[in-house]
Amino acid sequence: MPEQRRLIFQHIDESGYSNDIDCYLRNGGYEVLKKAVTQKPEDLREEVKKSGLRGRGGAGFPCGVKWGLVDRKSGKPIYLIVNADESEPGTFKDRYIMHQDPHQLIEGTMISCFANNVKQAYIYIRGEFPHGAKILEKAIQEARDKKFVGQNILGTDYSCEIFVHRGAGAYICGEETGLIESLEGKRANPRIKPPYFPAVLGLYQCPTIVNNVETLCHVKHIIDMGGDEYTKIGTPGNTGTRVFCVSGHVQKPGYYEFPAGTITMGQLLNEVCGGPLPGRKFKAVIPGGSSAKILKFGERFKGKLRSGEAYDWGVEDVPMDFDSLAMIGTMGGSGGVIVMDDSVNMVEALANINAFYSHESCGQCTPCREGSLWMKKISSRMVHGEARKEDGALLKSVADQIPGRTICAFGEACSWPTQSFLAKFGEEFTAYPEAKKSKPADSHVLV
Amino acid sequence: MNLKPETMQQIEEVITHYPQKRSATLPLLHLIQEDIGYLPPETTEWVAAKLEIQPINVYEVITFYPMFRQKPIGRRHIRVCRTLSCALTGGYKTCETLKSEFNTELNEISPDGNVTIEFVECLASCGTGPVLMVDDELHEKVDCAKAKQIAAQIKAEAKSS
Repeated sequence: MPEQRRLIFQHIDESGYSNDIDCYLRNGGYEVLKKAVTQKPEDLREEVKKSGLRGRGGAGFPCGVKWGLVDRKSGKPIYLIVNADESEPGTFKDRYIMHQDPHQLIEGTMISCFANNVKQAYIYIRGEFPHGAKILEKAIQEARDKKFVGQNILGTDYSCEIFVHRGAGAYICGEETGLIESLEGKRANPRIKPPYFPAVLGLYQCPTIVNNVETLCHVKHIIDMGGDEYTKIGTPGNTGTRVFCVSGHVQKPGYYEFPAGTITMGQLLNEVCGGPLPGRKFKAVIPGGSSAKILKFGERFKGKLRSGEAYDWGVEDVPMDFDSLAMIGTMGGSGGVIVMDDSVNMVEALANINAFYSHESCGQCTPCREGSLWMKKISSRMVHGEARKEDGALLKSVADQIPGRTICAFGEACSWPTQSFLAKFGEEFTAYPEAKKSKPADSHVLV
Repeated sequence: MNLKPETMQQIEEVITHYPQKRSATLPLLHLIQEDIGYLPPETTEWVAAKLEIQPINVYEVITFYPMFRQKPIGRRHIRVCRTLSCALTGGYKTCETLKSEFNTELNEISPDGNVTIEFVECLASCGTGPVLMVDDELHEKVDCAKAKQIAAQIKAEAKSS
């Protein structure tokens, strides 16, 4: 079994480690920032580009490329926003970082701000993390007192302020342009792209960088060890470590950090997480947050790797990296791995997911607002009211009309579960009207 | 608006965090809700005047974000996670247990005034499900037995206060 490599989670749940600045400094904290402010910003950006770091929020977009798109000639200020709106069901890594090691985030943020000549950063934290917000505010004040944040950082002529901004319970604020609208004090309706690419027309119509919490923590380690050294962790195209958040039906759910691409789904679930619950078998897994397409244990994936080598994988054999998961038609997303065993009825699991997306659609695009609502109504009716044989086909017809017809990727996110559940477990939807007749009345625990 | 002096101080401070006042809409609504317990009708005009924007700009924000409420709630606010990972580990049963312990339905004030129970979407603690929040405090692995303990504790604290 591959060894865990704790880079970002090195101090999480470590006994005696606390979230105050003294503890962080005792463990070598802010040394990388001290090193960074003596270098040229463009050199730091080059290191991040070399590192191949891919965003850890869900899309896996290369961080160096994102920074490279920033309009540096507009004469307008450049903003950096930390996306701490961790809301993708199945994902809980950023919670641990912010609650237990907030200074790692602040150091990574300040290095990134310096590298991009940012004078003002905001941490957009989801409203349901009230303690996290207080911890971050305290940590920022501690860092300010020690000249790591604020005016004339570490005695240089560089100044940069960070403020914490709390969301208020809307999933769509994790979408970067929705987040920007929300930070401007509005409803979080995502903006249309083009023209509103944050790198050019972001917060207050100024160039803006939006990075996930974990991504910014990686920046600290990249500047510490150098971009080339960082690429030695993980595999080509999937560099660094990956934090997996495992939840649902396994013996040992929780967070696990591995060099990217070095562990397969089977190793993660069977060896690291201790396998299925007693007397149960794995049935399905969602590998990257609830919008990622579901995988069915027993299905096979065949094709050719980029190297030309043929592969023939079961779910257990798939390497847990962005590219491999994309190759088999799903995604690594935010690293949220949700496991379901053979006690789960897939109609009921989908009804649970559909209720989530219906609640969270911002409502500005009709296909998404109406589609997510009707998928919820149909799947919920199947479970609670009257299931019909043709409901599977009806669900699919609704789902197929959403993606590609909306302003943001929520349209895809809300339709992929229905599409993939139907593609892989279609027979359960057909059999559900009959199966439901023989089910005890109190067995609905998912919807 | 009848706000505490420290709330007013925080309001003045937070407005300075942004180059455009309108950005302070969410922070102001949070501060008012924490002070009063909910957002009374006069909030809309008051915040609008404070931030030099139109009342509709505030009202559309209040009605968009699930955490803002326009009605009072019980003394304690219980938010049980409804989403998949928690549901797979028993979140629905946890929620049912709490409802029956307090003899209440979702989003209402329980007859004893002690709680309002909400069934909310993912609280981002999926590895320790089922989870819930009592006010700002997260509780993990809350099965039915633990839910009963939490209910008993809330009732005991209400009696002693």
